[in-house]
Amino acid sequence: MSDPAPRAPVSAATTEPRFVRVALVTVALSFLTLFLFVPLAAVFYEALRKGIGVYLAAIADPYALAAIRLTLLSTAIAVPLNVAFGVAAAWAIAKFEFRGKSVLITLIDLPFAVSPVIAGMIYVLLFGAQGWLGPWLGEHGIRIIFAVPGIVLATVFVTVPFVARELIPLMQAQGIDEEEAAMVLGASGWLTFWRITLPNIQWGLLYGVVLCTARAMGEFGAVSVVSGHIRGLTNTLPLHVEILYNEYQFAAAFACASLLTLLALVMLALKTLIERRALRQQRSAGAMETL
Amino acid sequence: MTPRLRQPSVLPGFGLTLGFTIGYLSLIVLVPLAMAFLRALDLSWDQFWQAVTAPRVVASYRLTFGAAFLAAAFNTAFGLIVAWVLVRYRFPGQRLVDALVDLPFALPTAVAGITLATLYSSNGWIGQYLKPLGLKVAFTPLGVIVALVFISLPFVVRTVQPVLEDLEAEVEEAAASLGAGRWQIFRRIIFPAVRPALLTGFTLAFARAIGEYGSVIFIAGNLPMVSEITPLLIVGKLEQYDYGGAAAVSVVLLIISFILLLLINLLQRWSRMRISGETAS
Repeated sequence: MSDPAPRAPVSAATTEPRFVRVALVTVALSFLTLFLFVPLAAVFYEALRKGIGVYLAAIADPYALAAIRLTLLSTAIAVPLNVAFGVAAAWAIAKFEFRGKSVLITLIDLPFAVSPVIAGMIYVLLFGAQGWLGPWLGEHGIRIIFAVPGIVLATVFVTVPFVARELIPLMQAQGIDEEEAAMVLGASGWLTFWRITLPNIQWGLLYGVVLCTARAMGEFGAVSVVSGHIRGLTNTLPLHVEILYNEYQFAAAFACASLLTLLALVMLALKTLIERRALRQQRSAGAMETL
Repeated sequence: MTPRLRQPSVLPGFGLTLGFTIGYLSLIVLVPLAMAFLRALDLSWDQFWQAVTAPRVVASYRLTFGAAFLAAAFNTAFGLIVAWVLVRYRFPGQRLVDALVDLPFALPTAVAGITLATLYSSNGWIGQYLKPLGLKVAFTPLGVIVALVFISLPFVVRTVQPVLEDLEAEVEEAAASLGAGRWQIFRRIIFPAVRPALLTGFTLAFARAIGEYGSVIFIAGNLPMVSEITPLLIVGKLEQYDYGGAAAVSVVLLIISFILLLLINLLQRWSRMRISGETAS
């Protein structure tokens, strides 16, 4: 996203006096410290405040382990589904011209504009005991709301756009020349996709997967509405944090929260690495073109 | 001749991928979302009007939109400074700071919520210094704003940053050689160039803050009429099996969100036109 080497001031005429620069850096860092770094440090401080023993016990708690398992399960279902969707949507939108394309792109972004609470609610209206399909589902003994399928559905909903919106602009920028050449030379559609398209979009795809995974693991509002908060059964890790906190088990709540924070930091590190890689690839491609 | 749905191409897979895309989107997003509108239509007009204009609901709109607006405005000012500093200056730890700006996107909202509630409580790290000043943040509307500032922090930084990076140094040099001062250059050249990005970032932050739930409920205290946000009110209605009322309030939020989404698209088209217009001339 951003250039790793910030642009150096060219001359005195196009930069600010030293005191202005120092003041602006101070303001920016104070703002970020107050709103980002202090909260980040507080998570780990609160988690370890009662000692490492309490920390480990909170994480080894059977309910915590069940919550971790459910979070991993719903992430493991939601991410591949949205990868398949993102690749298909990007192929259709970037490689072909058709009417209604801009409407489709807007519709893909729709889940970003919907409050997570509403994302959960619509599934309750659809599948809940008093929802449209509720009576029919009840007769057949299928539970979706207050059960694992509802949690997976809510997670899928909130993460729909992540992969698609990374891939669509990337594939649009790459055009269709390489794929057309492969097809004309006799490659099948699948072979063209695996050998030409996929290597071209690998970093963008990975980037989308990272963002999608981070959101899927951390989703709270949507999942909270459909979960029913049944311990050991329908509690994801973020919901488990909420329950512990509301029971005044602060050390345990922050211990579980610190796990989620570590995952978030890993995702940020991966994201930064991918950005650098993509940038380097872009630069070498640019150098090839100028040769 | 009837107009064709698509222009011919040698590439395969159009029907398959477009069909899958539309089918998946309908099943996961569009049909369930339509349910909210259909459910609200079940109510008579009077019932609907009563549900969306009850005093407690109106108080929650005022808080939700007011706090979201203030948080987005606050982030617009500071986001511009952060983006500026990250692009133009060098300081130790810059890359780490740059990477950490995205933390609110990656950190689960519940974690942000309990952390901010702890920090701003009367004996928390930050709250204990605000207390002698007579400032109460936790369990007040101010707490809602603090939480919304946190979760919408990256938007303005990340929309403005690439625009600042792409600004040509030559334009500023030309202005300087013609005798313009630094402040004049900022006001007349740099600011107009980043204005569309600032507006887009503001709107994205505002839209995100309106729907936010997880980070707010822990710090807000959730007093009806005082510090209860609209998404929480929807959850409350659902828990009381008032599905119609929940759907009605949701429809109001959804319509406002859709208008904002439309606005973002228009803004982006406008800024693209400005840029292409400038390069053409």
